Amino acid sequence: MIVLANIISLTVIFAVPLLLVALGGMFSEHSGVINIALEGMMIIGALFACFTLQAFDQSGFGPAHPQLAVFLAILVAGACGMIFSLFLAFAAINLKADQTIGGTALNQFAPAFAVVLTWAIQGQGLTTIRIPTWVRITRETLGLAPAEGQSFFDTLFFKYFYLTTPLAIILLIASYIVLYKTRFGLRLRACGEHPQAADSVGINVYRMRYAGVLISGFLGGIGGLAYTVAAGSGFNSDVGGYGFLALAVMIFGNWKPLPILGSAVFFALFKVIAAYNSTLTFLPDFKGVQDISNLYQMLPYIVTMIVLVFTSKKSKAPKAEGIPYDKGSR
Amino acid sequence: MNQKRKPLSQNATLIGVLASLLSILIGLVLGFVLLVVLNPGAALEGMTQMLTKGVSNLSSFSQVLYQAAPLMMCGLSVGFAYKTGLFNIGAPGQYTMGVFFALLFAIQFQMPWFVCLLAAMVGGAAWGVFPGLFKALFNVNEVITSIMFNWIGMYLVNLLIANMPVMLASAWGASNSDRTAALSSANPGAIIPKCGLDKLFGDSPWINISILITVLLAIVVWVVLQKTTFGYELKACGLNRDASQYAGINAKRNVVLSMVIAGGLAGAGGGIYYLAGTVQYVIEKAILGMGFDGIAVALLANSHPIGAIFSSLFVSYLQVGGSAMQPNYSPETTDIVIAVIIYLAAFALLMRGVITKALSRRKEKEASGK
Repeated sequence: MIVLANIISLTVIFAVPLLLVALGGMFSEHSGVINIALEGMMIIGALFACFTLQAFDQSGFGPAHPQLAVFLAILVAGACGMIFSLFLAFAAINLKADQTIGGTALNQFAPAFAVVLTWAIQGQGLTTIRIPTWVRITRETLGLAPAEGQSFFDTLFFKYFYLTTPLAIILLIASYIVLYKTRFGLRLRACGEHPQAADSVGINVYRMRYAGVLISGFLGGIGGLAYTVAAGSGFNSDVGGYGFLALAVMIFGNWKPLPILGSAVFFALFKVIAAYNSTLTFLPDFKGVQDISNLYQMLPYIVTMIVLVFTSKKSKAPKAEGIPYDKGSR
Repeated sequence: MNQKRKPLSQNATLIGVLASLLSILIGLVLGFVLLVVLNPGAALEGMTQMLTKGVSNLSSFSQVLYQAAPLMMCGLSVGFAYKTGLFNIGAPGQYTMGVFFALLFAIQFQMPWFVCLLAAMVGGAAWGVFPGLFKALFNVNEVITSIMFNWIGMYLVNLLIANMPVMLASAWGASNSDRTAALSSANPGAIIPKCGLDKLFGDSPWINISILITVLLAIVVWVVLQKTTFGYELKACGLNRDASQYAGINAKRNVVLSMVIAGGLAGAGGGIYYLAGTVQYVIEKAILGMGFDGIAVALLANSHPIGAIFSSLFVSYLQVGGSAMQPNYSPETTDIVIAVIIYLAAFALLMRGVITKALSRRKEKEASGK
C-alpha cells in the first residue's frame, strides 16, 4: 500500500510541472505562436526562483515564513519566465521571424546562461543550486500533529507536497475559465485560428499574441520551479527535457485544458515508472535486460507520435499557429 | 564600370554574408557585455582567449578542425532540409543514431572505418525517414516529429548499448560499463586514418582526414543542389510546394528524400566524431548538443553548403576558445554567443533589409556625388 501511495504522490508531483508548462504552451499556440522555447523558459524561471529561495534561506526569512517565501519564489519564477518569453514574442510578433528558430535560440541560450551565471556566482564547477529543506509542506506547516510511523495517507499527501501542487490546480481552473468563459479567451483563440478575421472586428492581434506568449512564459517559469522541487536534487541548469515533454502533453491533450490534465498525469506516470521500475513488482519482468527504464522513458514520445498519426486529420491545433501575422496581407 | 554587374544592394550572397557577419558581431559584443557584468576584471582576458585560442598553437588549431567536421555535417543536414522548406531540428537524434551505427559496426562487427562511416550515414538516414514520412503521409509538422524522435533516439540508443555487452568498455579491459569501448583497444582499424596529417600538425591527437571528407561532402551537397534536376526539384518544393506539385514534381517523395538525405548527413557527423577514436559514447541523460549547434552553422551559412564549411569552422573556433576561458568563466559562455547568433538569424530577413537599405543608400550618395 505504501508503494501505491508513493507512486500516486510521485505521479502528482511530476504531473504538476507538465501540466503548468503544457497549459503555457496551450495559451501561446492558441494565440498563434508556436512556443518550442518552453524548456528554456522553465530553466530561466527555475534558475532565478532557486536563487531567490537560497537568498531567503540565508537571510533567515525563509525558515521563518517558509510558504510565504516559496510563494514569492514562485512569483519570481513566473516573472522571469515572462521576461524571457518577451524575446520570443518580440522576434515572432514584431519582427515576423521564424518562430521555430527563435525558440531554438532561446532553448540554447537558457541552459548556457544558467550554467554561466551559477558558475559566476557560486564559483567554478559549483553549478548546483540547492533547494532549502523548508520548501516542502509538512504536517507541521498545516498545524497538524506529527504523524506516527508511515501511514498510507501520510505518504500520499505529505511525502511530496509543495505549494506548487495546489497552485497548479488553481491555475488549471483559471486557465479553463480564461480560455472558454471570458472575452479575452475568445479573442485569443480567434487570433490563433484566423487573425485576419479577428483584426477585421477590431481585435489587436499583436497585443493578443503578446498576451499568449507572456502567459506561456509565466506558466513555463513556474513549471520550471515545480520541476526542480519535484526532482529533489537541486537545480542543475536543466529541467530534464520536461519542456519538450510538455509540448507532447499539450499535443496529446489536444490543446484543451482538461485533456491536458489527463495527459500530464499519464505522462508523469510513465516517468515515475521509468525511475522506479525496479521496485514495482506488478510490471512485466524483463529478465536480463539492462537499463529497461529507457523503454519507459521512450514510451510517452512514441504514444504521442501514434496519437498524432490518428488525429492529424481532425487535429484541434490552432490553424494560424506558426504564421507571423502581417497586417498588410488579408 | 562593368555594366553587367548587379548593384551591390541586389547581390543576395553578399548581403547574406554581411548579415551573418553582423549577427556574429552583435553576438560577440553581447557576449563581452555578459563577461563584463559577471566578472569585470577578467572580461578582456576571457574575450581574448575566446577569440585567439583557436589559432594560438597547432594543437588548438587541429582541435578546431576536429570539431568543425561533425559540426559541418550537422550544418549541412539542417541546411539541406531547409532548402526543401523543412526545419530539421531532428539533427541531434539523427546524429545520435549515426553514432550508434558507427560504433555498432566498429566494435560489434569489427569493420574498417569507411564501412562504419557509411553505416553511420545509413543510421542517420533511417532516423530522418520518420519526420519525412509523417510529414508526407499524415501532414504532421516535421518539427514536432523531430523533437519526439530526438528523445526516442537517445533512449533507444541508451537501451541498445546497455544491452550489448560487447559494445561496452568493460568488455575491452576497462572498468566502466556506462560507455562504449575505446576504439583504440576494441578495433584500431575503425579509427579514421590520419594519412600523415598529424605530422603536419605537430603530432596532434585531434587531427585526421575527417575535415577533408566533410569538405568533400559539402561540395557534393552543393553540386546536388545547384547542378542536378533532383536538387532543383527539392528547392522548388521548398520555395512553393503547391506550385512545384502543379509543375509535376512529386512533392511528397521529395519531402521524404530530403529528410533522409539530411538525416544521412547528420548521421555521418556522428560517425566522424566518434570514429576519430578520441571520445567514447557515454550513456546520456540529455540530448547531444552537436545537432543543435548544426542549426547555428546552417543559419550562419544561410543554408549554403559551401558557407557551412566556413561557419562550422567559426563555431568550432569559438567553442575551442570558450573552453580556454576557464576558470574565470564557464565554457558555456560560447553557447550563449551562439544562441544570440541563432536568435539574430531568426530575423534574417530584417537584417538583410537593413543591409540592403544601407548599401543602396551608399549607392545613391555616390550617384548624387557625381
